[in-house]
Amino acid sequence: MSDLRSPLARARGLGSAHDGLHHWWAQRVTAVALVPLVVWFAVSLVMLSGAEYGAVRAWISSSLAMVLLTLTIVVGLHHAQLGMQVVIEDYVARDGLKLACIVAMRFLAVVAGLGAIVAILRIGFGG
Amino acid sequence: MSAAHRPVNRPLSPHLQIYKPQLTSVLSILHRATGIALSVGVLYLVAWVVFASASASTYASFQGFNASILGRICLGGWLFCLYYHLANGIRHLFWDAGYGFDLKDAYRSGWLVVAVSLIATALSWVVGLRLV
Repeated sequence: MSDLRSPLARARGLGSAHDGLHHWWAQRVTAVALVPLVVWFAVSLVMLSGAEYGAVRAWISSSLAMVLLTLTIVVGLHHAQLGMQVVIEDYVARDGLKLACIVAMRFLAVVAGLGAIVAILRIGFGG
Repeated sequence: MSAAHRPVNRPLSPHLQIYKPQLTSVLSILHRATGIALSVGVLYLVAWVVFASASASTYASFQGFNASILGRICLGGWLFCLYYHLANGIRHLFWDAGYGFDLKDAYRSGWLVVAVSLIATALSWVVGLRLV
């Protein structure tokens, strides 16, 4: 059977989904970024064991922690959102419900991310 | 027998009920399970910074839960999920780059992931409890 794809489509190699490996690639790039971030965060969290309110706020308000904690949460949420999308696509069979679940999950991720950023900035800038 | 009536001998996908668990399949399932748990866990992390941005008494009630038995089980499980997903995620990145596909290598890296995540969880608990 002859190939029905145009030469351009064949060269792009994206298939019928049209955006090809973007999702797969984004998951890998966020995974690579999260390796050092998670190691830094886990060590920091253990060191903060038993820390009181003031000590926790002082730690968060250092410039390094503000940047890295924001990155950990935002990149982590993005990575989680990409993974949960695949999980929902695998286990929710009905198309309408599947779409609703993915959209609701994405909304939750965006709200959580913005909530965390506002909280970190408030602590850092003494709001 | 005509072609239309011949039974088709298609390959069957493995049925989990009759399939003997192997290290490779168990770790694969665990990677997804810990990923789902961490998706909830990152919301817990968001809650932590939001509570820290609130008043001292609000934060104290959040810390009260963390210090309870249930809270410690949650935090300990959360840390294990984090270390496991991190270690096994690095294993996946090596596969993505084309390394470690031999059955022997897959088992070796699998046991390494199990050891690293258990040791890191235990170490975090020992150091954390000493600091409390």
